[in-house]
Amino acid sequence: MLDDLLFQLQIGLPQVALGLVNGAFYALLSLGLAVIFGMLNVINFAHGAQFMMGAFVAWMLLNWLHIGYWPALIIAPLIVGAFGVLLEKTMISRLYKLDHLYGLLLTFGLALIIEGVFRNQFGSSGMPYAPPEALGGPPVDLGFMFMPKYRLWVVVAALVMSLATWLVIEKTRLGAYLRAATENAALVQAFGVNVPRMITLTYAAGVALAAFAGVLAAPIYSVNPQMGSNLIIVVFAVVVIGGMGSILGSVITGFGLGLVEGLTKVFYPEASSTVIFVIMAIVLLARPAGLFGRA
Amino acid sequence: MAEPLLKVADLQAWYGESHVLHGVDIEVREGEVVTLLGRNGAGKTTTLRSIMGLVGRRSGSVRFEGQELIGARSDRIARAGIALCPEERGIFASLDVTENLLLPPVVRPGGMELDAIYTLFPNLKERARSPGTRLSGGEQQMLAIARILRTGARLLMLDEPTEGLAPVIVQQIGRTIRAIKARGFTVLLVEQNFRFAQTVADRHYVMEHGRVVDAVSNAEMAGAMDRLHGYLGV
Repeated sequence: MLDDLLFQLQIGLPQVALGLVNGAFYALLSLGLAVIFGMLNVINFAHGAQFMMGAFVAWMLLNWLHIGYWPALIIAPLIVGAFGVLLEKTMISRLYKLDHLYGLLLTFGLALIIEGVFRNQFGSSGMPYAPPEALGGPPVDLGFMFMPKYRLWVVVAALVMSLATWLVIEKTRLGAYLRAATENAALVQAFGVNVPRMITLTYAAGVALAAFAGVLAAPIYSVNPQMGSNLIIVVFAVVVIGGMGSILGSVITGFGLGLVEGLTKVFYPEASSTVIFVIMAIVLLARPAGLFGRA
Repeated sequence: MAEPLLKVADLQAWYGESHVLHGVDIEVREGEVVTLLGRNGAGKTTTLRSIMGLVGRRSGSVRFEGQELIGARSDRIARAGIALCPEERGIFASLDVTENLLLPPVVRPGGMELDAIYTLFPNLKERARSPGTRLSGGEQQMLAIARILRTGARLLMLDEPTEGLAPVIVQQIGRTIRAIKARGFTVLLVEQNFRFAQTVADRHYVMEHGRVVDAVSNAEMAGAMDRLHGYLGV
């Protein structure tokens, strides 16, 4: 019986690895959502669209300007982040005094518009984006399984980016401003910090994280206008499970649920696309603030 | 005579629709400790918050070092050299003691060095890594005052620093206020307890219904007790 299970796991390892790659995207996207929600109290429904924009900007940089993957990994988040600044300044900043729901509705509308514009321009079939040469070639032998270099890179990059974000928020002066402003923005501003500018830049940073994930995703998924909305529903479930606004929680939950999804594909494939939502329902009933959330 | 450090004239303030300050006039000269006395709801806290730019709407004039600040946002008011220690203390739970202490940015040179602050408040050094809200009430109050001594702000506004604290801590806060006055800071203090106010301040304003209704120097205080009892209803 146990041997059976182990055998099944062994042949299913690629699925588990794929789960880990999905988990990397869940972690990066829910991290950006957590950063934005913590500071702005806005549930950024446009996050999936901004992820998709990251992938498209990378594609445009390559095909229109011959700028390759590595520069795109920096340039695309900057461009999409700048777009975030524009959205925050012109629209989102008007909603802070209202209920969460208004921010959610606005960003949901924005997501639909952005996706519509891209579908109109590029169609919905999707376009390929080749992984960089350095990460092509034969898969890496991890001892217990083989994993394509590029996927390994995605997992490592997501981990490094998550760790860096956590360090900035928990260990730096800027992070202390952010945490303090989350508790009492008016007082932080009365100490002389330009809080409105800090909020704008926080939104931009969260959006840039989504775009970074989008560039990482471009060589794995085809670049298409729906790539964000397919992912974002699962990511919102991840955020609910992890707890809104918790940085560490969103990273651990992201990777953890990616793995759970992968394992489910091995042992009970029929449930693999619903398992996260089942967990979400259980967590909501047992611990409404989420596994890492403070009630 | 030179213009006072802070000159507030006809200050009016609103919270939403309700008009809470009806023309407050106060002056604080460089190096003075001045108190605002008055009953609950007289407008003392609102006066401090209005000077700091923390109310919804305000009008009139707030001049600091000759510079008009009535139209300025709170971050610019802070950078002009005014700092507030709020009534609820405003210690951040997600920051440890050191992070709380170092949070307010230095707005100009001349603030106290960290070592001097630790000499004044030795407890804060011992508890450097505790979350800010794990401190006792007295320690939190010390932290809230210590935090604004570093920034180089010249006018410190302290909102009821003795509220709810044990007598021995109140005495310690009194010593602290005298020590920061000796260092040349100017203090605008909101107090309910005028016996305490008497031990630290040079002058007192009495507020009622959103206005200043009387002003007494500390020297005249003993002779004005009956009048003050009348205002404060004790």
